[in-house]
Amino acid sequence: MLCDIAFTLAAGDVAAFVGPSGCGKTTMLRILAGLDRAFEGAINGAAPGRIGMVFQEPRLLPWRTAEANVRLAAPGASETKLAELFSILELAPYRTHYPGELSLGLARRVALARAFAVDPALLILDEPFVSLDQALAARLRAELATLVDRRHVTTILVTHDVEDAVWLADRIFLLAGRPAGIVAELTVPGRRGERSAAQIATMRQKIAALAAPRVAVAP
Amino acid sequence: MLRLLSLALFVGVWLIGAKLAGGQMLPSPGAVLTAIVTEARSGTLFVALGATLVRVVLSFSLAMVAGTALGLLMGRAPWADAIGDPWLVVTLNLPALVIIVLAYVWGGLTESAAIAAVAINKLPNTIVTVREGARSLDPTLDEMAQVFAMSRGVVFRDVILPQLYPYLAAAARSGLSLVWKIVLVAELLGRPNGVGFEIGTAFQLFDVARILAYALVFVAVMLLIETALVQPLERRASRWRVRVA
Repeated sequence: MLCDIAFTLAAGDVAAFVGPSGCGKTTMLRILAGLDRAFEGAINGAAPGRIGMVFQEPRLLPWRTAEANVRLAAPGASETKLAELFSILELAPYRTHYPGELSLGLARRVALARAFAVDPALLILDEPFVSLDQALAARLRAELATLVDRRHVTTILVTHDVEDAVWLADRIFLLAGRPAGIVAELTVPGRRGERSAAQIATMRQKIAALAAPRVAVAP
Repeated sequence: MLRLLSLALFVGVWLIGAKLAGGQMLPSPGAVLTAIVTEARSGTLFVALGATLVRVVLSFSLAMVAGTALGLLMGRAPWADAIGDPWLVVTLNLPALVIIVLAYVWGGLTESAAIAAVAINKLPNTIVTVREGARSLDPTLDEMAQVFAMSRGVVFRDVILPQLYPYLAAAARSGLSLVWKIVLVAELLGRPNGVGFEIGTAFQLFDVARILAYALVFVAVMLLIETALVQPLERRASRWRVRVA
């Protein structure tokens, strides 16, 4: 599925892995999160610690309220911190709601709050905006950018959408081929959350130009 | 409304049956009611009910706790399933009577032998139901708990147990009715008190009115437990589901 994936992140880096669906992005995240142990290679962490993860689906406990879902994952989180998270993610009115009563967008926010509440040394995001409508995805991206900046947390984001990557990441790794490998690495100019439409369009073209021929000649 | 009508029909059929068969074979509802009052006045009814209920509660709890633990283990660990499954097939098909008789032979005509025998009768049924529940546990929630390094206690209480509630409720429901029927047999064979013992005595005297009196009162008590205890617990466990609808 995957081969020759090698990269190093500095603390506080936000790295995005972009590639077509089915190229093994999720597998890579599962290995990083310790869910998949059937791999060859090594993961070295200078600062190993807690992992906060947002799965493709919210994966909330349906029988616990939004707040309880966050608290169960982060028993040590203070009330102040939870209140701040809920306010940034616009979840304050939904604390006592059960996941079944929440829309997908809101459930995603709860999953984000849960991942940040544990004060992660590494934040792993697996397609956090998939199957949300454009406007909602844009809002959630902005909220996520705020949180990532405030917390200065090392983040690995996996997405098939160049837009997500350009919005949030400092560095972008392009994945392609079968088995997939890293085919290009880019640095995104400008400050997160303040990138102009023109900057994003340029990056998008660059990535398209890089990705297309590589995919075609991939073994 | 239809339920009440059905109940009325039952009493009607009983009345006609009593007329046709004669009071000796099938006493009328009135005669049975008199028998209930007589037994209640003398106090025997309550002593017997109490003794039987204690046995039901003890053996039921024992079977539920042990059955949940074993069922969970067998549903989650393939090696445990491989070891336990043949035992399960044997005990599931072992007649209740055989287990009771053997328990009395090996354990003597004691209270603990009676309770153990009833619990063992119910145990495989609980294991099978809970194992089914354990097999259907959502693996994505397991992974979530693992990534967030949730403690074992939290995983059991907040992740696993809520998923098992429907299965536990099913096991409890079928278990309660199974257990009280078997308790009566255990009492008939080897206890000096309880509803089963009283019915045994009445049988020796061919006192059908007393047999029916004890049976009816006990069924009523078990129905009461079912509606006042089991059903509210079931509703509580599925509260989050109700709010969604």
